[in-house]
Amino acid sequence: MSDNLSKMLPGDRIKITTDTCTVGFWDKAKEHKLTACQCASCGRFRMPPRPFCPDCQSKEINWPELPGTATVYSFAVCHKSPFSGEELLYIPAVLDIDGAPGARLTSNLVGFDPDQVEIGMKVKVDWYSITEDWVLPVFVPA
Amino acid sequence: MTWEHQDKTAIVGVGATPYYPRGTSEPRTIYEMAGDAILGACEDAGINVKQIDGFAYYSGATAGYTDKMDTADFMELLGIPEVTFTASLTSGGGGSAGAAGLATAAIVSGQATYVVTVMALQQSKSRLGTVFGQIAPDPINSFLQPSGLVGPGHLMSVLARRHMHLYGTSRDAFAEIVMATRENAVNRPTAVRRNPLTKEEYFNAPMIADPLCRLDFCLETDGAVAFITTSSERAKDLKQKPVYIHGCAHGGTRDWGRAFAWMGMPDEAFASAGNKPIANRLWNDTGLSPKDIDVALLYDHFSPMVLMQLEDYGFCERGEGDAFVKSGAIRYGTGSIPVNTHGGQLSEAYIIGMTHVREGVEQLRGTAVNQVDDAEFALVTGGPASLPVSGLILRGDK
Repeated sequence: MSDNLSKMLPGDRIKITTDTCTVGFWDKAKEHKLTACQCASCGRFRMPPRPFCPDCQSKEINWPELPGTATVYSFAVCHKSPFSGEELLYIPAVLDIDGAPGARLTSNLVGFDPDQVEIGMKVKVDWYSITEDWVLPVFVPA
Repeated sequence: MTWEHQDKTAIVGVGATPYYPRGTSEPRTIYEMAGDAILGACEDAGINVKQIDGFAYYSGATAGYTDKMDTADFMELLGIPEVTFTASLTSGGGGSAGAAGLATAAIVSGQATYVVTVMALQQSKSRLGTVFGQIAPDPINSFLQPSGLVGPGHLMSVLARRHMHLYGTSRDAFAEIVMATRENAVNRPTAVRRNPLTKEEYFNAPMIADPLCRLDFCLETDGAVAFITTSSERAKDLKQKPVYIHGCAHGGTRDWGRAFAWMGMPDEAFASAGNKPIANRLWNDTGLSPKDIDVALLYDHFSPMVLMQLEDYGFCERGEGDAFVKSGAIRYGTGSIPVNTHGGQLSEAYIIGMTHVREGVEQLRGTAVNQVDDAEFALVTGGPASLPVSGLILRGDK
């Protein structure tokens, strides 16, 4: 049965880049802490991190440490590696991040039987090494 | 209030190359195909290519992700002596219908006389469906691409699933859209896929990004289509029956924004095609309602987006797309609103929305292969994608 559980994409193929606004998220990820971009002026969350708060246009940003859980908002079930075309069960998911209302993260559900995944399900963060020593948040059964 | 430029401009010529399965247009080049489409549109209209003085593009004047449509190149290539207007709508295929509005803006403001809109696609170098996976993501896409949502279909599958969750929408409805569209392609010489499709074949197709299977994805094709817009005054003296630009809108709201490249949309927008604000403007500008539309040419890059556009434009209520489609409402010949009578991008060819404009013109001239009787109004939409999205209502001369 364990062969039917969702996997990660190969980390040595996953690349990210950062800028001055987004790097705060990835620096926290290296410490295995899940955060989201929060306006330091009005408190509104936004993801992905952008330089301005869309409510008050402030450029001040907080990176609060969040509970590390999330709620499945939607997902897809994919069967082939986008890198090699080989058989690979993976589940991209759009998640509502707990503790950061309005902020969503697009990530992966790892270790799930795809038939058991449901919208509204609680999941928790795990950490996965990718290229250039960056760390990617993924989500496992809560 | 009625749009003040209603029926002031008209599409007077359309030209196209044959449509080719991906990569098989070689050794033709993309500019040779685009040039043929422009010359074909001029011939259709009864003008000389040297009379063209305006270009109105969409998709940032790109042609897929790796090629571009450039006015100076076309002038050199075709011998166009002078242009007085050359501009594009931003972003991607969302503007395909709206480019007719950009052409109208050029004409009614006196900046150009004969405006061409052209799109060409040649996917031998790079497939649109996989291009996101090939390039290292920028800092913003680094929040999307690592998930393995590598192509537009992967991204939109997530919207489809949310719609299924909220409203009970089923894959049977997607199957009906794909089968109804295929049925319209069976008798079309221009169509790339012409074999009738059974429900069993649909459900046997491999899943690409569940809930979407391969047949929910549009074709990968090469080719070019161009159309020419001019003032309605000039149109009267040209070769073809004018097809008037009765209403046209592009844009959209922040709730949709970058859409599936963002994934932050509030619930109602998330499970939609982002076209509701465009629909509101078109109905308001024209005084028409969905009941007045004789044929709907809805951008069908992925079958669930047809269902969500039917809801956005009010052919049925939000959440009722499943039942509406399954009732047979979109079938040519028997349904209440025939959709994609040309076989759409799912079965005829994918030239980033331009085949829908072509079909709208043919329907209102009365020359379509699957002609809707006495068609007077056609709705044409641009691709549900990052803003702008767009819609166009064409009126035939009855």
